[in-house]
Amino acid sequence: MKIHINGEAREGIATITDAVAAVTEARRGIAVALNGEVVPRAEWDRPLTDGDAVEVLTATQGG
Amino acid sequence: MDPHHDPRQAPGPAPGLADLKIADKTFTSRLILGTGGAANHAQLADAITASGTELVTVALRRVDPGAPGSLLDVIEACGVDLLPNTAGCFTAEQAVRTAKLAREAFGTDWIKLEVIGDEDTLLPDPVELLDAADALVADGFTVLPYTSDDPVLARRLEDAGCAAVMPLAAPIGTGLGVRNPHNLALICEHAGVPVICDAGIGTASDAALAMELGCSAVLLATAVTRAADPALMAAAMRDAVNAGRAARLAGRIPKRHLAKASSTFEGLAEL
Repeated sequence: MKIHINGEAREGIATITDAVAAVTEARRGIAVALNGEVVPRAEWDRPLTDGDAVEVLTATQGG
Repeated sequence: MDPHHDPRQAPGPAPGLADLKIADKTFTSRLILGTGGAANHAQLADAITASGTELVTVALRRVDPGAPGSLLDVIEACGVDLLPNTAGCFTAEQAVRTAKLAREAFGTDWIKLEVIGDEDTLLPDPVELLDAADALVADGFTVLPYTSDDPVLARRLEDAGCAAVMPLAAPIGTGLGVRNPHNLALICEHAGVPVICDAGIGTASDAALAMELGCSAVLLATAVTRAADPALMAAAMRDAVNAGRAARLAGRIPKRHLAKASSTFEGLAEL
């Protein structure tokens, strides 16, 4: 199963929790979008399916 | 005055300037600092401290596994509140999604709403901006929209339920200062919510002018973060905002065409 995390193709990622862990150890200040829709933290155990696009976002400098 | 005094360590605003109230929050400082453009976290922390601000903006971007340290830790250590923005959004739909992600990430329903309409000028797209403001207010957000200096649009944003309106002084990052003081004054005159001058500030006198025109606060980023000495410029901005606010409250003298002597002619010696 192939999914995309922050635009990069990945294999062996089963849930959103796994996807987050693949790019950061942080949990505070993280938000996730799955195929463009916000996924609340309580639903991060939701299983991913082939072709899903996950965005893992956090705070960065901005005006 | 102590010649060795470092302005970066100066105390907060003078008494009598009154607090700034936005939605349910009260601020002593009338300067909001954008974090964009800082060379590193240490420099940013020094600038935040010197500015006396109580509210800083951040953007929401993909996690960078190579990023040095956490911006959130810096902000928390400075003891200031966080205002996420929707920078980089070109449609209402993108901005609404970004705001919802920011709420999820940071646990705040405050959002600096930014919907850009043009890549060269980064000017706001008024139609998308108003659409996004409507949607976000309906969803319970406290919306602070970055807007053009159009008094009608400012009124429409206020009518939509925005907690403040944030007209630009000049396009983002230009440092050109207040390009249309008349419009800014008109917006301030008619607004029932705080008017925060956002974007285009270049130096301290620009911030002071915005406050003298009646703005409730000033939001600036690169004027400080890209200054040669960010902490010193942050201190200058803090003092400029306070000075501009004080001057506004003090009531300036009317402008005159011809001179008016301050020394009386009465009793003038015949020489």
